[in-house]
Amino acid sequence: MTRVALKALWSRKLRTLLTGFAIVLGVATITGTFVLTDSIRHAFDSIFTTIYRGTDAVVTGKAAFDVSEDSGVEVPSFPESLLGEVQGLKTVGAAVGGVGGTAQLIDKDGDVIRFGGAPNIGFSVDPTQPRFNSIVLKSGTWPKADQVAIDTGTASKKDIEPGQTIGVQGSGAERKMRVSGLFDFSSEGNIGGATLAAFNLATAQRLFNKVGRLDQIRAAAAAGTTQAQLVSSIADILPPTAQVRTGDAQATEDASDTQGFINFLQGFLLAFGGIALFVGAFVIANSLSITVAQRTREFATLRTIGASRRQIRRSVLIESLVLGFVASLTGIVLGLALAKGLFWLFEQVGFTLPNSGLLLETRTVIVALVVGVLVTVVASLRPARRATRVPPIAAVREGATLPPGRFARYRPIGSAVTGLLGFALLAYGLFGSGLSTAQILTFMGIGTVLVFFGVAFFSSQLVVPLAHLLGGPAARIGGAPGILARDNAMRNPQRTASTAAALMIGLALVTLVAMLAQGIRASFFDAVNKIWVTDYAVTAQNNYSPIPISVSEPLRNSPNTTAVVGVRAGEARIFDSTDFLTGVDPGASKVFRLEWTAGGPQTMETLGDRGAFTDEDYAKDHDLTVGSKVGVQFPSGAKRVFDIRGIFDPPTGGSPFGPITISSKAFDQEVEQPKNLFVFITTNGGETEANTAALESALADFPNAKLQNRNQFKDNQFSGLAQVLNVLYVLLALSVIVSLFGIVNTLVLSVFERTREIGMLRAVGTTRWQVRAMITFESIVTALMGAAIGIALGVILSALLIYRVDFLVLSWPIGSLIVFALAAILVGVIAAVLPARRAARLNVLQALQYE
Amino acid sequence: MDASEALSDERVLQNGKSAVVTAEEVTRCYGEGDTRVDALRGVSLDVARGKLTAVMGPSGSGKSTLMHILAALDKPTSGTVTIDGTEVTTLGDTQLTKLRRQHIGFVFQFFNLLPMLTAEENVRLPLTIAGKKPEKEFFEDLLQKVGLTERRTHRPSELSGGQQQRVAIARALVSQPTVIFADEPTGNLDSATSGEILDLMRASVDDLGQTTVMVTHDPRAAAIADRILFLADGVIVKDMTEGTMSDVIAEMDEITQS
Repeated sequence: MTRVALKALWSRKLRTLLTGFAIVLGVATITGTFVLTDSIRHAFDSIFTTIYRGTDAVVTGKAAFDVSEDSGVEVPSFPESLLGEVQGLKTVGAAVGGVGGTAQLIDKDGDVIRFGGAPNIGFSVDPTQPRFNSIVLKSGTWPKADQVAIDTGTASKKDIEPGQTIGVQGSGAERKMRVSGLFDFSSEGNIGGATLAAFNLATAQRLFNKVGRLDQIRAAAAAGTTQAQLVSSIADILPPTAQVRTGDAQATEDASDTQGFINFLQGFLLAFGGIALFVGAFVIANSLSITVAQRTREFATLRTIGASRRQIRRSVLIESLVLGFVASLTGIVLGLALAKGLFWLFEQVGFTLPNSGLLLETRTVIVALVVGVLVTVVASLRPARRATRVPPIAAVREGATLPPGRFARYRPIGSAVTGLLGFALLAYGLFGSGLSTAQILTFMGIGTVLVFFGVAFFSSQLVVPLAHLLGGPAARIGGAPGILARDNAMRNPQRTASTAAALMIGLALVTLVAMLAQGIRASFFDAVNKIWVTDYAVTAQNNYSPIPISVSEPLRNSPNTTAVVGVRAGEARIFDSTDFLTGVDPGASKVFRLEWTAGGPQTMETLGDRGAFTDEDYAKDHDLTVGSKVGVQFPSGAKRVFDIRGIFDPPTGGSPFGPITISSKAFDQEVEQPKNLFVFITTNGGETEANTAALESALADFPNAKLQNRNQFKDNQFSGLAQVLNVLYVLLALSVIVSLFGIVNTLVLSVFERTREIGMLRAVGTTRWQVRAMITFESIVTALMGAAIGIALGVILSALLIYRVDFLVLSWPIGSLIVFALAAILVGVIAAVLPARRAARLNVLQALQYE
Repeated sequence: MDASEALSDERVLQNGKSAVVTAEEVTRCYGEGDTRVDALRGVSLDVARGKLTAVMGPSGSGKSTLMHILAALDKPTSGTVTIDGTEVTTLGDTQLTKLRRQHIGFVFQFFNLLPMLTAEENVRLPLTIAGKKPEKEFFEDLLQKVGLTERRTHRPSELSGGQQQRVAIARALVSQPTVIFADEPTGNLDSATSGEILDLMRASVDDLGQTTVMVTHDPRAAAIADRILFLADGVIVKDMTEGTMSDVIAEMDEITQS
């Protein structure tokens, strides 16, 4: 019986292939995700292990609380004198000190050198201590004072050779430096995307504004001293603002920041793999159902010659098991290619990830196989059960149809209840009080899945009216083929509905994304319009990295500026949680127009050393009124108490301010290496060409600073999200492709089933072209059905979210929605190509005799 | 009302306890109310072991319905059917499956072979399904007898209609069932091929003692039977022991004219 099942599968190769493809893509996404994230993780791990190779103990500064990367504040440095004390310990064989930071390289045209969003890393190097030095000099010499050595990767991409002069921007203005040499990050090569710049210690300290300070000391144990002894002996002499770890522990610690990111990326991508598989399950279930219906006589014959129901079910399940297995294996191979594609995709959107070769772990193979096979088998359960209901008498009856199942008549009500239950869970997740994030996500996730199930099964009720509506144009444009196509789409509502359902899921999610993005965009633009009364803004070239505060100097000196207001941002401990603290320069009342519920614009100008203002929500949550005291702890550990002098009501799209804002003066007193997130500028005469030119020239020494007007600022700030949006679309396109295969499959099976009918149509004078048109129209009607239900569902789901989430407003992405509908038509046309050709090429005589 | 007169039960039930298949007072109606159709209106018959029994009748006479009920593919509205001493009308699906494995073989008008299996695999299928292995000698003899030795590795699509029906007959014979039901076995074949298939069926009765029930409207097919039951309007109207083709044609004419 197993052999029979396998042979049956083999005899329907094309159908099997098309069916299997639905699973292939989902499994490929899952495999690709694991391969990608494992590869990145491996690359990072090897980077950090390489850095601390030969280092037994590492001394670093210690923040008062965990400071995350890119938060705008840094872990405090420590005095350089500590190095001498460490070197003086008997347990220490050798020790070097180092500083590091963001070093932006600038090419001879004055343009910032950056590759995607990869970091621009600068660090000090001590070539006399090769044991602490992972980088390998490839040409030229090690950097002397005011010289820089850069990595070979950047050098070859930008045609830089030793002896040339390039610009380097650290914590201050650009400095011109001679390139002394080129190096590889390690003997294994470079870090993808990142630019590396090495300096001698004194130059690095000047560049990063850390003269007399160190970020790190690396030590090696003296002969006969263990790592543990070394670490504990160093710990004894450290001030409270520094800490010591073993080299391995420091590598793990440094990697932990990236781990969080990688885990997020993994979960994020797996979700899309899951969506593709979910859609794939619909496609498989539908294809198998049709196949089972078409094999009615075969199953009935098997029953007459003694096969039991259990054997019939087993044979269908074995087929799906093998199908799932083969499809999963194919998916794993494709997943490797997809991982490469994902690296490429992320690089395209400015997100270069380190890559030191693809890594296929055993776990990846096992998970992909188990998930792929499981989904296929689960999707085949219902078709398998249907197969067991084929009565033996169907072997002798012409055109026997399956008897409806026992529960068939409860189907509409059952699916409606499922859908409503889904909505209820969704609503509970969104609006229920006292739920944790995990609970919210669980409720919303299960709710959404139930909604999809409910709508998918209920939609067979909608097929007839929708076919009339959407098939109307087809019938008018297409004439007889159009009318036939519309009626064909209606004749098996369940089948059409299931086929459309796969596309429906993809389009619902795409619509949801478009609606939410539009909502964010609208509220953000609105917020900028409300708050901005300024002419220009300055940010980093990448729009989000903090920029040195010294950028403000030349701007203030520019003849026409009336106010230059930097907004500092960084993490701090406020009310026992780590939150964003912002600092604002005097002159803020000239660049921001806020709605004050207490205090007023003058509050921003008179914050002084102890003043702060907050927003209404935060004030409500923490019972703050004017005069309330707020304790703030900075990364250095220093604490300062501020009193609230004003409360403002931010627009729904947010403001540039964190929950607590203090004066930039107070901020700079407590935060080492303070940086601005934005600088806002007002000028005499507003935005004019002359003013723009003057400001541009003021920024000449800061190539990493980008001057922009209001509209540019809005677009730039939104561009990050727009790129994320593009990634989401690409990933969701996977599930749309899966559903496209579902339509192809259904049409191929329908053509096969209607062979005789198509032969008859041809015999009575239908042309090949008309047959093609008929199949294509049917495909388009099916796709549009999926699109109509999907877009409607997407709108409903997003409306729920928009209603719930404060910073979202309802705004229609009309253009996108039209594109989606057109895309659905395109999907329909593409899906019809193969089946339509098969139908058109049928031999009329053979088709008529087909039984 | 129908013009033909139904034969009484006593006249049709002639084999008593030795009968392999017995039907008593079988009726079958489809639909309800105005659309009610009585396909069988009280049929009793029995089938003798080792004999070929033909059920003959014009279209709409109920002969197909009768065969479906005799073969336990369908349930009668009233009445009972017994196969090899077991009353089949009340059996559940599992027991029916068992019954089919042990006692029943089928030959269909459209052959109903599995397209992906070779001739040999098709023949062996009933045993495979029942989890049995064929006795090699018996199996080879069977293939030889139906004339498939040469074509055993061919798939149905590579075989002629006659050859396909030979595979189907061998498939029915392979489990040595108590009774074979043949539903219009020559209905989809040309006349020369029909002759060969009928010879084969006759031979299986004579040489193997295979009890066979054949439903047909082909007089030539009916003529090879040991006994011919004529059905009209849902009742048996004539019970003929060994008739020639012309006898059968004459009887059919009489039925259709009356």
